[in-house]
Amino acid sequence: MENLINIFVRSVFIDNMIFAYFLGMCSYLAVSKTVKTSTGLGVAVVFVMLVTVPVNYLMNKYLLLPGALSWLDPSFASLDLSFLSFIMFIAVIASIVQLVEMIVEKYSPSLYNALGIFLPLIAVNCAILGGSLFMQEREYETLAEATVFGFGSGFGWFLAIVSIAAIREKLKYSDIPKPLRGLGIAFILTGLMGIAFMTFMGIKL
Amino acid sequence: MSEIKEKESWFSAKNLKLLTEPINSKNPITVLVLGICSALAVTVKMKPAFVMAISVMIVTAFSNLIISLLRNTIPNRIRIIVQLVVIAALVILVDELLKAYVYDVSKQLSVFVGLIITNCILMGRLEAFALGNKPWPSFVDGIGNGLGYGLILLVISFFRELLGSGTIWGYRVISESFYVNNGGFYENNGMMILPPMALILVGIIIWIQRSRNRKLIEE
Repeated sequence: MENLINIFVRSVFIDNMIFAYFLGMCSYLAVSKTVKTSTGLGVAVVFVMLVTVPVNYLMNKYLLLPGALSWLDPSFASLDLSFLSFIMFIAVIASIVQLVEMIVEKYSPSLYNALGIFLPLIAVNCAILGGSLFMQEREYETLAEATVFGFGSGFGWFLAIVSIAAIREKLKYSDIPKPLRGLGIAFILTGLMGIAFMTFMGIKL
Repeated sequence: MSEIKEKESWFSAKNLKLLTEPINSKNPITVLVLGICSALAVTVKMKPAFVMAISVMIVTAFSNLIISLLRNTIPNRIRIIVQLVVIAALVILVDELLKAYVYDVSKQLSVFVGLIITNCILMGRLEAFALGNKPWPSFVDGIGNGLGYGLILLVISFFRELLGSGTIWGYRVISESFYVNNGGFYENNGMMILPPMALILVGIIIWIQRSRNRKLIEE
């Protein structure tokens, strides 16, 4: 249990997808103009992360790792399919995003309309693929650890996009040098927030 | 009609423009805001940044070329999947090549080579250019965008490596005797190594670029 809490805190604050690895920056910068839309996208990202990381964990464990196929037949034990992991992970992500889109459309049309174009765009959000690749690189041992890691990374992304959107809403009233307006100041603010998040670095539970 | 249409030369003014525009006024990073995701994390040192820039350039150029060759046969509904498959296949090739020839750099780049798949520059160029243009201009466009991306990467990594560790491309440029623990006055700026400084540097590059080119200012 302690281990799981540790992974969660690490993935939300210390290894934050945006501030430490710059993943998902494109949609982060494009969508963070108002708090409302960014909350919608943030929730969708949390959900997709929560589903795709564990599914990719199972894929990795039972299909891709060296010797992973031995559950099928002992003679497959020498196979190593790990070079296929990129294509496998992206296929899983694309199909789960499609599935989520269909389910949301059927059961909650109002949420579907609110999210609009952002839902399909999640498939090419690098934070999602990054989550699965970090899961593979860090070699989490159980399914629970991978799930908690996926949820934590998604939550960290959500936190980041909602807080920058709140700041950008207030920025309309401030006097910024003209060439720095919009994109420039958004980058610098993200950097400053990143510095703030770095204060969590020493924490270990 | 098509027979009498004059054949365009390979390096016509129009094609050269495709090559040079992404370097300044249509830069994928500072103007179009594409591909920042995997760009900044690899800029602590110049060498990995250079390898990353070359890899992205290869993938943009060849995915543009392949999609442009296939553009009339891909059904519109499944084009995103087709694009992802082409990109993923190219990225796997690049990743295996890096592992074979520059293993240490490939370790430093870690997951970021894989993340070229979801690099927005690729999707953006395929959707906006390769689906509607002939193979050769698409190939040139891919090279141009790779160059624009690589240039920003090299500028950022130059400053981060120089100020953060006093070296350029791994060679020491600030003499050891200047450092505090050798009796000098200088100390490396550890801030530059940390991730947030990359974002702030991009912000500053955008500031400089926009004050030189007023057309890019947002209202």
